[in-house]
Amino acid sequence: MQLPAHINPPAPKRNAAPARAPVYALVGNPNCGKSTLFNALTGLKQKVGNYPGVTVEKKVGTAYSQHGQPLTVIDLPGAYSLAARSPDEAVTRDVLLGRRSDTAQPDRILCIVDATNLERNLYLVHQVLDLGRPVIVVLNMMDLAAEAGMAVFPDKLAQELGVPVIPCEAVRGKGLIELRLAMSRADLPLSRHAWDVPGAIAPAVAEIQASLVAHDAKSPLIARAESLLLLTDQDSVRVAGSTPLSARTTEILAGWQKRWSAENMDWAGTLVSSRYDAIGRIAAEVVQPGTAGQGPSPSDRIDAVVTHPIWGWITLGAVMCLIFVSIFTLAEYPMNWIDRHIAALADWVKGSMAPGDLRDLITDGAISGVGGVVIFLPQILILFFFIGLLESTGYMARAAFIMDRLMSRVGLNGKSFIPLLSSYACAIPGIMATRTIEDPKDRLVTILVAPLMSCSARLPVYLLMIAALLPAERVPLTTKVGIMFLMYFLGTFAAFGFAWLFKRTLLKGVPPMMIMELPPYRMPGVKDVGLHMLERAWIFLRRAGTVILGISIVLWFLSAYPKAPAGASPSEQLSGSFAGMAGHALEPVIKPLGFDWQIGIGLISSFAAREVFVSTMGVVFNAEADDGDTAPLRSALLKARWPDGRMLFTPLVCFGLMIFYVFAMQCISTIAIVKRETNSWKWPLFQTAYMTGTAWILALLVYQVGRGLGF
Amino acid sequence: MSATNLSALQPGARARVKDLPKSGTTFIRLREMGLLTGTVVTFVRAAPMGDPLEFKLRGYLLSVRRAEAQQIEVELLTDGAA
Repeated sequence: MQLPAHINPPAPKRNAAPARAPVYALVGNPNCGKSTLFNALTGLKQKVGNYPGVTVEKKVGTAYSQHGQPLTVIDLPGAYSLAARSPDEAVTRDVLLGRRSDTAQPDRILCIVDATNLERNLYLVHQVLDLGRPVIVVLNMMDLAAEAGMAVFPDKLAQELGVPVIPCEAVRGKGLIELRLAMSRADLPLSRHAWDVPGAIAPAVAEIQASLVAHDAKSPLIARAESLLLLTDQDSVRVAGSTPLSARTTEILAGWQKRWSAENMDWAGTLVSSRYDAIGRIAAEVVQPGTAGQGPSPSDRIDAVVTHPIWGWITLGAVMCLIFVSIFTLAEYPMNWIDRHIAALADWVKGSMAPGDLRDLITDGAISGVGGVVIFLPQILILFFFIGLLESTGYMARAAFIMDRLMSRVGLNGKSFIPLLSSYACAIPGIMATRTIEDPKDRLVTILVAPLMSCSARLPVYLLMIAALLPAERVPLTTKVGIMFLMYFLGTFAAFGFAWLFKRTLLKGVPPMMIMELPPYRMPGVKDVGLHMLERAWIFLRRAGTVILGISIVLWFLSAYPKAPAGASPSEQLSGSFAGMAGHALEPVIKPLGFDWQIGIGLISSFAAREVFVSTMGVVFNAEADDGDTAPLRSALLKARWPDGRMLFTPLVCFGLMIFYVFAMQCISTIAIVKRETNSWKWPLFQTAYMTGTAWILALLVYQVGRGLGF
Repeated sequence: MSATNLSALQPGARARVKDLPKSGTTFIRLREMGLLTGTVVTFVRAAPMGDPLEFKLRGYLLSVRRAEAQQIEVELLTDGAA
């Protein structure tokens, strides 16, 4: 069918070479090798940020044409359709439709498709062609198609669509030169592909298009694409997104929908089917399927084990064990190294500066504060590395597949599993990994409960309290392990309990859909995983680093002022300081928990990071706490008394403190990352309030009930 | 050929989609992912806990929860392909 004259662009744009370097958008389905191609095209020349207003990653890079001319490439989030269902897909749609004021509408579009799965991949391409922009199709994974016995003919696809088609193996860098050549062309053709909108729907498309032009100030081509999306999605508010429809267009659309509903017509289904019919005709020309009835592919054979009712659990358990053992063993060396160098740096500053407040500010405030966070960097890097590896091999989808049933009991889906599990090591990578969860409410719930999973920064606190609770000589190791296990269990149980609660109250929503592709297993690209890891780590350092530096300086100031008289011990200095006063001020609130003002100082100072509690207790009770040896501190704690001579660290108080640390949000880095990932202060503040509130209530219960029972 | 729904297939069974609900985000998205009336689908396996279900269609693997699969009417193909 010929397009109506008014939607054709006024003149062929063949020679319309833009004055500035053209901006390319890279679009494609998830798992089609888009990131790999983007990395291959742009190398390290990438800028990663957020689209303003939403927490969707914005990646822009610079590629060079064959003539060395710089070309801007925007890597849009993976999408199956422009009828967007997730915030990620909405960004892709909005950028392509030119709706985002922060991102110029791309001049040209690179569509990457997986040659092994052409039909479904061409669906998005088919929608993109509606936009009337020059398109280059990158036919990726040609090698895998050949391995599967398929013959794919790029020339025929180019002929059918009327746009350049570049066969490519992005992982090996094959086809990149040809792609760069195509991208350098000044005269990219527009698609010749004309697609028949089904006759019953065509009048509606035309009427809505005309109304969008007349009442919503859209250009004719964009209006046609939008009108097709409005008829595909059925939810016009969702399609319109940030650009609400005019009353007239809404009315026309509703009129058609009402009429069709009365006729029991499935307009969305008809529209999608007719696209697939057109695609089917193209695919029949382009692809010669492999010999029919072929045996299972390597991917199928892996899946037979990995998703097996018994072996599936064993594999999942083994993968998770491997990750955690790696984190705790491998991270130890770099962590010790960082620890030593931070100490050495502080010593060097101490040695080369005159004693005074400025020196203390640098050593005790900035260096030790930031150092206390940087020391977790190795763990975070290793975790990011594994998350990247799980994603790029395809195992992540299998873990979600296996865990979906369990997660659905609390109203989440399988995709929340890896983020929650990662939070056992550190909530930060866990929270940053929630971006794979499409449903915004599910994602928020996962973020809210992730810090309840006992992270590694709680370990030093648990260890100290267990040591103080149970003298080593008399208690069997199993009891200590049992208490530790209880803390991990409590945190996990609470995370799922709160997830259940939030999904039922605060963030009630339609049950999320769990339509998930299980991509074929692939060898991970080392470069992609490495880049992913460094990118995340940099975001963490930048975000947390600045906040932590500020908080560390404030906390240092609170503990260093007002100055105690000369000759006072560090403990006397601290108790007379603002922090000490704050501890005293806090005492009425925490006294019902069995905590005194000295513990209060510990709670305040460890608000930045939980493990700081241990070193603060060392200062408060004048005990040199050596690395790994809590014995001197333990005996100092056991000697601590209330003014009336009662023992301070009774077993009940130690236990209550552990419970407090299971629940309380004592981590500035997490707060900073939650702020970034939810794009507001509302959620991190709510999270801090509910977690610390629960901590207080439960510690109170433990102490009061325990005392009532005579402990 | 016998009529049934997508959640009631034996592993390895092939079936042709006869009808799926007209509205609902999930079913429109399933169509957009190529699960349309007339599409031939192979049931691969259920997850270890029985849900969700894994299907092969158009050369790729798709996981759908049992609750949605139940609403998709199919007819079993008895061409012997397992």
